[in-house]
Amino acid sequence: MTKHNLKSNTVPAVVMVGPVALWLSFFVAIPLLYVLVMSFCSIDEHYNVIFKFTLVNYQRLFNPNYVQIYGQSILIAFLTTLICILLAYPFTMFISRTLSNKKTILYMLVIIPFWTNSLIRIYGWKTFLGSTGWLNTTLMHLHLIDKPLDLLYNRGTTVLGMVYCLFPFMVLPLYTVLEKLDQNLLEASSDLGAKGHTTFFKIVLPLSVSGIFSGSIMVFIPTLGYFFVSDILGGGNTDLIGNLIERQFQSGNNWSLGAALSIILILITLLLVKLYQKCGGDMDNLGV
Amino acid sequence: MKRRNKIALAKISKIIYCSLVYLFLFLPIVVIVANSFNATTSKPYLTWKGFTFAWYGKLFQNTALLDSFRTTIIIAVISTILATCIGTIAAVGMYKYKFKGKNTIDALLYIPVVIPEIVLGISLLTLFTKVNIPRGILSLVIAHITFSVPYVIFNIRARLSGYDNSIEEASMDLGANRIKTFFNITLPVLAPGIAGGALLAFTLSIDDVIISYFTNGQTKTFPLKVMESIKSGVSPDVNALSTLILVGTTIIVVLSQSGIFSKNKTQKAIKN
Repeated sequence: MTKHNLKSNTVPAVVMVGPVALWLSFFVAIPLLYVLVMSFCSIDEHYNVIFKFTLVNYQRLFNPNYVQIYGQSILIAFLTTLICILLAYPFTMFISRTLSNKKTILYMLVIIPFWTNSLIRIYGWKTFLGSTGWLNTTLMHLHLIDKPLDLLYNRGTTVLGMVYCLFPFMVLPLYTVLEKLDQNLLEASSDLGAKGHTTFFKIVLPLSVSGIFSGSIMVFIPTLGYFFVSDILGGGNTDLIGNLIERQFQSGNNWSLGAALSIILILITLLLVKLYQKCGGDMDNLGV
Repeated sequence: MKRRNKIALAKISKIIYCSLVYLFLFLPIVVIVANSFNATTSKPYLTWKGFTFAWYGKLFQNTALLDSFRTTIIIAVISTILATCIGTIAAVGMYKYKFKGKNTIDALLYIPVVIPEIVLGISLLTLFTKVNIPRGILSLVIAHITFSVPYVIFNIRARLSGYDNSIEEASMDLGANRIKTFFNITLPVLAPGIAGGALLAFTLSIDDVIISYFTNGQTKTFPLKVMESIKSGVSPDVNALSTLILVGTTIIVVLSQSGIFSKNKTQKAIKN
């Protein structure tokens, strides 16, 4: 009987899950393995990848200029994540505790800006902050400043752009955990004499820490690859690992080196995801 | 009295704080919309020279820009439909059946979600080059399906966690076969999850910059057209198109959201 059941279930299981399994194998697993292989390949004088084993790409990763950029990428990703947490936590707490009919609208207002293309929104920041931009022109008209402030093309503006792009990825998981937070617990805590900050640190924060973890993963990892943000707002002064990879695949044309650089990003991703799982993080919370 | 003042102060500071965050989120949008009415004609179109509707007229003469927008929509529609089909049956299959390799498929599903987009982009580029898939609409559709299928599956999976298997059994007991049961019972119950997943896939597709940037060949989607123009200064007709897209998506999503909500309500009403 069970054997019969098993057999009769095999066909539908294969039919239903087969297409996705094939798709993911062919367009996710194989390409990533191919990148790994390519990172050990040489290139000929015409910059074609040839299948001859070499470690030269990995040696080139230790170029001091590159190492400086890895450090800068990690710093920018770290600052972006930290600012996102500090900015999003109180914000999400407030909107998740408003009345339910207003809550949906407040929540949608976080999402709506993201229906406009991210590139053009980043360019919007540039229009606003540039030396002939709107902020500087207004301040000069008001005679608050004599000459335009130099706001663009530094680490700060790159972080600003990253925070801007990734802010909702912090809000969404936080919203999910904070909305579920049982109000009775807070009331119980205050009934038992706990002050506001005690309730926060002993009850609210521990119960929402999983949201902070998921949000941090969703913010930190993409930051390393968002090359267009540092291109537009950093103006080439704040390169990320993403910029290095982009250059090798578009203009630099050394795909093997680009592949080796990508392996760094893959390793960082694996490391952080493992860490996340070790801290009890649920992978399904990363799906948004 | 003092306590009441304190509470009022806390409330006001909360409102101010949230308003500042919304200001931060909407500031570039305001700049984009305002600049679409900017009468300036000199590059890089940054200074305000007065109000005009002219760019909306010029937009409809800019065939390259309109073409890129059409390409974006074509790719988004095709990839959303395919990703939703493959994703839906896979989500149901993975929920209903136990089989070897399920964990592997799960792991593969998480990769496009967590890995930096640039890695997925260059890995697809190397594959397309290796197996000679021409770069263009086809490669873009493949790439977009690849990054949106996991989101479709996760959306439906969230819906399935409260799914009652017995209604399917009832349907089969009453003589319906698997396929009939799938279309008449499973699909309608999952409809909100499927719609949510499809909407997400569509949004991800029209907004995608990084993965398209590596897999497009000569084909230009709207975001790539924007990227191309950024170096010389984005001309306000791009802002005009962005403004129209924003208004359009807002209307569509508000309508579809209210549609989903009303469907939820009728289902709840039926259950009660």
